[in-house]
Amino acid sequence: MCGIVGLYLKNDRFENDLGALFEPMLITMTDRGPDSAGFAIYGDDVPDNWVKLTLKDADNTHTWAELEQQISSELGCDVQCTVNVNVAVLKAQSQEDTVRTWLSQHYPSIQVLSAGKSIEILKEVGLPEVIASKFNLSAMKGSHIIGHTRMATESAVTMEGSHPFSTGSDLCLVHNGSLSNHNRLRDKLKRDGISFETENDSEVAAGYLTWRLKQGDSLKEALENALNDLDGFFTFTIGTKDGFAVMRDPIACKPAVLAETEDYVAMASEYQALASLPGIEQAKVWEPEPATFYIWERK
Amino acid sequence: MITVDLAQKTVRELNQSLHTENNIETHREWRVENTKGGHNIAVGLDADIKVDIHGHAGYFCAGMNKTAKITVHGNAGQGVAENMMSGVVRVKGDASQAAGATAHGGLLVIEGNAGARCGISMKGVDIVVKGDVGHMSCFMGQSGSLVVCGDAGEALGDSLYEVHIYVKGKVKSLGADCIKKDMRDEHVKELQALLDSAGIEEDVTAFTRYGSARELYTFKVDNASAY
Repeated sequence: MCGIVGLYLKNDRFENDLGALFEPMLITMTDRGPDSAGFAIYGDDVPDNWVKLTLKDADNTHTWAELEQQISSELGCDVQCTVNVNVAVLKAQSQEDTVRTWLSQHYPSIQVLSAGKSIEILKEVGLPEVIASKFNLSAMKGSHIIGHTRMATESAVTMEGSHPFSTGSDLCLVHNGSLSNHNRLRDKLKRDGISFETENDSEVAAGYLTWRLKQGDSLKEALENALNDLDGFFTFTIGTKDGFAVMRDPIACKPAVLAETEDYVAMASEYQALASLPGIEQAKVWEPEPATFYIWERK
Repeated sequence: MITVDLAQKTVRELNQSLHTENNIETHREWRVENTKGGHNIAVGLDADIKVDIHGHAGYFCAGMNKTAKITVHGNAGQGVAENMMSGVVRVKGDASQAAGATAHGGLLVIEGNAGARCGISMKGVDIVVKGDVGHMSCFMGQSGSLVVCGDAGEALGDSLYEVHIYVKGKVKSLGADCIKKDMRDEHVKELQALLDSAGIEEDVTAFTRYGSARELYTFKVDNASAY
């Protein structure tokens, strides 16, 4: 059992309150997942020729300020580094591959939790309430956010095994369920150049979508293909730079509720996680259909 | 009437109040507010009382109900009225999966749509759904009736025993051993009575009856491919 939640703003009315609206959603799902929690927030986009990465260093052998200076001088580009507890959001006027390669050569202990123009991923082992407070979730701003509270089944309780998973630029996925064909699919995707950090089944789903999008699929096409190629139980919530999607498998035994108003679309494993949202009493509330996906995208 | 505000009291306190003999002898009408999708609201009641739940309810609302009349003025989560024995449970909105699962008796009315596996393994309850039902509804249903005024999803009545199923709209597909049957007078009367007790007006002649072909009751080697 796990809890998943997502909040996608259709306009800018609540952008300054995104974290504050989302925090109670995540904490309400503690009963479904007390082992670890995490969230991916989209906002504070970098310009076209910049890249934004969320980084974590297990070894802590350096200060982030040192790293910022080093990257700036060695890659010869502007760099900004913002530290949030043990995680840093690094913005660099460079290409994603260039920064990744430099990091892996100079600081192999640094993990890249996310990369793209907009996404930031923060996740930890522990109770959702503690994690939300640690990263000061309630003060965060942005356009959309998806989160997860994990009760581990398929792999160990570690930060690496925590959701959201991101395997591609600005793409992330949270999963409630278990996939049964993830080992074979992971091998196939590795051969096609997708890299994985863990043995976790949900990461394979994220990797699959990354692979389809790299093949030129639209998000809609990628999800159509996922329904054919992923075997197992799943309710997914997926974030892209401008989009938000929810999908359930044909058996649909993993729960999901959607709510939509003029201002937002919200998703949760259980309605109680939506109960604190503004205007929820008047929202259209429904259960997503089996073997069906729902997509919202900003034009 | 007693009003219980779930912003002030826990669900456990509410249910304890509804189980306490002194309370239910003197107070026959209850109102529950601020449900916020909480689970297990008004579970295990065993008294001739009326409970109105205002707001959406979470999982297993009105489970194991006996005698009580419970109305959810909103949506209900998974397993509403699961294992109900008697009484009436009415959901004004939609119900999630497994509504009325394993229920032995009483009447469950869902005025919106019901999700997947509505009436799974039902054992005598009558379920009337004004909207649609999801896939695998009435799976292994043993006894009772399921009335669907809208459409039914895939594999309706799979591995059915003796539940009477009436559907007004389209059926996406029938499950193993579930077949279309004739509407005889007795069925028209039964359906009319069910709709009347649910307070729903429908043209009974527009419904189709489905039931068990009784081919999978006991194992026959010829049926091995159907399992």
